[in-house]
Amino acid sequence: MIQPYVEPQARTIDRSRTNAATLEVEGLSVLFQGLAAISDVSLTVNRHEVFGLIGPNGAGKTTLVNCLTGFQRPTSGRILLGGDDTSGWPAARFRERGVARTFQAGRLFKDMSVSENVEVTGTGLGLGLRSAREHARALLDWVGLSDKAQLPAGALAYTDQRRLGIARSLVLSPAFILLDEPAAGMSDAECEDLNELVAAIPQLFTCGVLLIEHNMRVVMGISHRIHVLDGGKTIAEGTPEEIQRHEAVLAAYLGMDA
Amino acid sequence: MIQFIQNLIDAVALGSIYALVALGVGLLFGILRLINFAHGDYITIGAYALIVPSADVTARLLIGDWPWPVLIPTICLIVVIAALLTDAAVFRPLRRATSPTLMIASFAVSYIIQNGVLMAYGSRPKSVDLWSGANSQVFIGDLRVPMLQLITLAVTLVLMVAVTLFLRRTSYGIQMRAAAEDFRMAQYLGVRGNVVIGIAFALSGILAGVVSLLYTTQSGSLSHVMGVPLALFAFVAVVVGGMGSLVGAVVGGFVIGITVTMLQAYLPPDLRAFRDAFAFAFVILVLLVRPAGIIPSRSTFERV
Repeated sequence: MIQPYVEPQARTIDRSRTNAATLEVEGLSVLFQGLAAISDVSLTVNRHEVFGLIGPNGAGKTTLVNCLTGFQRPTSGRILLGGDDTSGWPAARFRERGVARTFQAGRLFKDMSVSENVEVTGTGLGLGLRSAREHARALLDWVGLSDKAQLPAGALAYTDQRRLGIARSLVLSPAFILLDEPAAGMSDAECEDLNELVAAIPQLFTCGVLLIEHNMRVVMGISHRIHVLDGGKTIAEGTPEEIQRHEAVLAAYLGMDA
Repeated sequence: MIQFIQNLIDAVALGSIYALVALGVGLLFGILRLINFAHGDYITIGAYALIVPSADVTARLLIGDWPWPVLIPTICLIVVIAALLTDAAVFRPLRRATSPTLMIASFAVSYIIQNGVLMAYGSRPKSVDLWSGANSQVFIGDLRVPMLQLITLAVTLVLMVAVTLFLRRTSYGIQMRAAAEDFRMAQYLGVRGNVVIGIAFALSGILAGVVSLLYTTQSGSLSHVMGVPLALFAFVAVVVGGMGSLVGAVVGGFVIGITVTMLQAYLPPDLRAFRDAFAFAFVILVLLVRPAGIIPSRSTFERV
């Protein structure tokens, strides 16, 4: 069962900078030495939905997320956060303005404690250490890691590391959270737990979720809308029901003949 | 037995000096991947700041004559400013440079400081009389212990606890540790890179300032290259301890100091001249058994 999340009353930072209602991608292309990793992709994530992003390996999903968080400069096209053009923003500016993400590889601070991993984000975003700790405690309670808060992050099981990544990215309720394959390598039972957690994020944190995932059970189960990439191009967008019947998707993604 | 304990106290006292220097070098290596050979010259700056600039052989104390509650912070402040200046002038423009480039730049900084000192103070070593009272002996049972060694041990302990508390209990400390593990990730989470690097330089300057005082009190002389062997031993200590691990740097410092002193005491007299060769042979042995150092850091090696 998902615990309720209560954000600490401790001093928080000014939220007016993170109140974007949409995250828009307009005609985005990324070339790596002339090869198109993404060509002319457009999509819009709304703040109160789980937006699935699927596609076979090499479809450009992670490249897209890297662009959306300032880790990769687009070759052309624009990314708008709440209507503001984000061209030239460094990664830290994206996080500060409310676009948070997790990483496939986790990128946790493995020598630091679980709690400190979350605290760093709070202090980086301008909280004092004491409030950063309260936020960390509340988030770790919510993801179910409070009993492991003092362990080094590197000692956590794989699935717990994913939860910690999610907790770390939810500090100070960002406007959008981009989850890069949170369920990779998880068992069905572990996926169920994760599903519940991710599905609750839009309501609890008033935060839009962009979910990259290979696991169909996860994506179809909790996404409101799904965007399908193949070879860097958009091949479909729609509700899970529409996507499951879409012939091009079945052909490209599930390897079936249409 | 008494003789052995006497030697051990000497060994630990020298080890704690090396540990303090290695900690200063290790702090910067953690964040910047910079092996700062100029760290020894920060120590030289602290020592020379005690006296009036002149080329005379006998040094006249300047700051060195001030009462210690003023003297210590002043010297530390001077070294901190010197460290921050080297960052601003040399290392900051090289932020995106590789580790070897940074190291070579630190050699350049080291030579510039040495020659600056040479210009202002002349090339002859100078004798100084700083706190000579601290060199008196205290008797503990049959043991004769120089007061200065007890002070060195106490100061080392206090500084290490202070650095540990800073790194674990303050928000800048936590940010520094995060930046040391994964600089880019820490920056994405809002950690200001130049701020934590500046703090690391300042901390390393404070440590160098304290070492300059302990070392000058003990040796009673100044030379423009006095910091060079300290930086070299500290670098070896950092490697032996485990690159990127602060606990490792401290442990490495103690290991080197204790090894050198014990070799000095127990090698046959004919071989004592080759003490450092034996010490470094021991270092090679340690690295053959534990190539990543005594206490390897998880993050340094995963990233490569």
